[in-house]
Amino acid sequence: MSGYFKELFGGTKSLFVGLGVTIKYMVKPVVTVQYPHETLTMTPRFRGHIELVGDEETGAPKCVVCGMCQKACPSNCISLTGEKPEGGKKKVLTGYTLNFTTCSLCGLCVESCKFGAITFSRDYNLAGPSKGAYIFDLKKRLEEKSG
Amino acid sequence: MIDLARSTNQETFVMNLGPQHPATHGVLRVKLTMDGEYIVNAEPVLGYVHRMHEKMGENRTWAQFMPNTGRLDYLGALSYNHGYVKVVEQAMGIEVPERAEYLRVITVELNRIASHLLWFGAFVLDLGGFTPLLYAFDDREHILDLLESVTGSRLTFCYFRFGGLYNDIDDNFVTGTRAFIKRLRKRLPDYHNLVTKNIILIKRLKGVGVLPAEMCRKYGATGPVLRGSGVQYDVRKNEPYSVYPELDFDVPVYAEGDSMARYMVRMDEIEQCMRIVEQALDKLPEGPVMAEKVPKILKPAPGDYYGAVEAARGSFGVRIVSDGTNTPYRLKLRSPTFSNLSLYGEASRGMLLADALALMGSLDLVIPEIDR
Amino acid sequence: MILTEPWRVLVFLVGIIAFAALNAAYLVWLERKVAGHIQGRIGPKEVGPFGLLQPLADGLKLMSKQLLVPKGVDPLLFKVAPLLVLVPAVMSFVTIPFSDTLVARNIDIGLLLIFAFASVNVMGLLLGGWGSNNKYAVISAARAVSQNVAYEIPMLITVITMVMITGTMNLNEMVVQQAGGFWNWHIFANPLMPIAFLIFFTCSLAETNRAPFDLGEAESELIAGFHTEYSGMGFGVFFMGEYANIIIGCSLSAILFLGGWHSPIGFLPDQGLWGLCWFLGKVYFLIFCVMWIRWTYPRTTLWGLLNLSWKILIPISLLILLLTGAMIKVWPLIIGVS
Repeated sequence: MSGYFKELFGGTKSLFVGLGVTIKYMVKPVVTVQYPHETLTMTPRFRGHIELVGDEETGAPKCVVCGMCQKACPSNCISLTGEKPEGGKKKVLTGYTLNFTTCSLCGLCVESCKFGAITFSRDYNLAGPSKGAYIFDLKKRLEEKSG
Repeated sequence: MIDLARSTNQETFVMNLGPQHPATHGVLRVKLTMDGEYIVNAEPVLGYVHRMHEKMGENRTWAQFMPNTGRLDYLGALSYNHGYVKVVEQAMGIEVPERAEYLRVITVELNRIASHLLWFGAFVLDLGGFTPLLYAFDDREHILDLLESVTGSRLTFCYFRFGGLYNDIDDNFVTGTRAFIKRLRKRLPDYHNLVTKNIILIKRLKGVGVLPAEMCRKYGATGPVLRGSGVQYDVRKNEPYSVYPELDFDVPVYAEGDSMARYMVRMDEIEQCMRIVEQALDKLPEGPVMAEKVPKILKPAPGDYYGAVEAARGSFGVRIVSDGTNTPYRLKLRSPTFSNLSLYGEASRGMLLADALALMGSLDLVIPEIDR
Repeated sequence: MILTEPWRVLVFLVGIIAFAALNAAYLVWLERKVAGHIQGRIGPKEVGPFGLLQPLADGLKLMSKQLLVPKGVDPLLFKVAPLLVLVPAVMSFVTIPFSDTLVARNIDIGLLLIFAFASVNVMGLLLGGWGSNNKYAVISAARAVSQNVAYEIPMLITVITMVMITGTMNLNEMVVQQAGGFWNWHIFANPLMPIAFLIFFTCSLAETNRAPFDLGEAESELIAGFHTEYSGMGFGVFFMGEYANIIIGCSLSAILFLGGWHSPIGFLPDQGLWGLCWFLGKVYFLIFCVMWIRWTYPRTTLWGLLNLSWKILIPISLLILLLTGAMIKVWPLIIGVS
């Protein structure tokens, strides 16, 4: 019998304590960010899709077409082509395609590049109309970015 | 014939807790044979999210399998990274520098707190309380922001590498983590006041879904499910690895075996994780985060290796069979939730539907981990 | 302003329907805002300033949806069930005194009328579940019926206690008896009355299928309960009926226990429009408490709910009834009045 009353009073008190917690949070300021009116900046190490890094002076991609990133990728996302120009020793990049539909942002490609030619971007607004919009032509993106 | 006889039985009817259901946390189908409100038989039907990770392991090199480990149990992905990396390092004999080990422990424990917070929110959501989910997600945002500033990802981490880590942390991480621990310590009493001590929740969880220790042992359940039934087994203490022997923490064990015991085990584990992180931050040595001589192309000696870590849901084991080439011959992932779920058929016999759902929530299922 | 008879009925009719409809729409807005702030976010904000046009958008959406009538349902029951939930609630507004002059019909057994209409509500749930030809709906309709029956009993016992104290069933009379300051309100009439108020409030939560007693609708086990098969405006009518019932329950609590349209402090004006303001203030405060409770607690199981009613609320309300009756008889003898 005393268990019945103890449970009754203890239970009712716990209900009021719970109400107290909720009202406390109700009067605190909200914790959400009103996207898209306000946006957050991503941290420097945020993993967006990869992008080519351009050389500071020439703006050309630093990539020497060694193919290590292509070999390192687990999902065969990267395909790059290059050619040796006449009278030049090093290969020059002609095309760099990233198939972002299968990319898992693991970072093995960025880690494997010894020349610092690819890095993660901080692009997250990636809504597109079709699957083709996610086959990125990274060389064209670099050219558009450097103007 | 037996099926025909069963289907014409007027007493019981078959109901599908279908693949799409708010309470099953993933794509799990449970075929329930019900007698009114009581469950006569519960048969989980798995395989809706089977993505063939183990087969993928056979076709990728050792390093290329890393992103797959993060996708098994995406809520506690760093433990899974750790399990795989630990076994391969064991097979290759690679020594991991101390700073890397400490950072591994810190990030894994932060991830464990995040996983338990999400479990807490989703469990109370199943029971009908909508608000603790959002409070838990608020705390979880802080952890994910911290981990994002270090690893770059918020959920499916691919941060560990053979011999160490992908990159090092900075001081902002240390101050941020300490501030977060202080904040969570202030918020946990609110969670206990709002949820744990609430008479409605206590009535729903106490005495519901009692799993005797013998049943847990029979089905191979590990993790909080086993510790909630009174068995003191935690891979971090029983088969120590990494730098856990140097850290001082308790393993909460409750003997009742009901859903309330499993709930309390996980809530106490959150507190213990915070203790571990604080101690590890105090003891963090300087040094490199990557071992020096890690070969570019890994070819472990032929043989059979097994290693286990304590993930948020139980003991996650990886068995690799290497034939000396640069891809595994066989990669077996022992999923703790699979063993935890396997006792559901026997445990839910004779229970009411609402109680059976509370039991399912307290088992903390993540279906993609079961189906791999 | 005195209106002659046919115009008076018409004005009150339109007024009551408008009140019920506007409240059904804007209580949803209030609920979403309250839920948002409790959870650390703001509720709707895009549609109109502070999201005030959100109910309009929701209403338009519901009205533009196709009214699906699944195969195999009983057509009459299926279509009548939402009305059986909405119409009695709206009709109960007839006797509620919004102010000392704003009463549609000052009926002498007004309290009895409201409870008579409330019991028709149960039938609406049952017919909705049964007529849907859906085993989930039938299970949840059966649960809703047992819940409603179990909670009508302590509610009515508490109301009998109030009738014993006030001596009348006329709602306006009851309010007039609570004139003066808040110490005259019936909640302070004797030390047991706060408990009676809590019991009455809990029972009205359970009667309207409102969390934490919302097994009938918001189960994550049985999809959406008895209104699984309703789409578009059919669902809208159930919703409106639920909010109308909540307003009735809170109005009754305010009238019986919290002094109706009187002000809490004696000298503040409470005639005419002022009375209306006080009454609406109390009702909306209680509605806020209903919402606050919904977003705080988890759901009880059916057995916990029935245990609460039969083993806790009914014995306590019977005890309160006996003690109040004894006090009414014995107290005058004690203080020497014959």
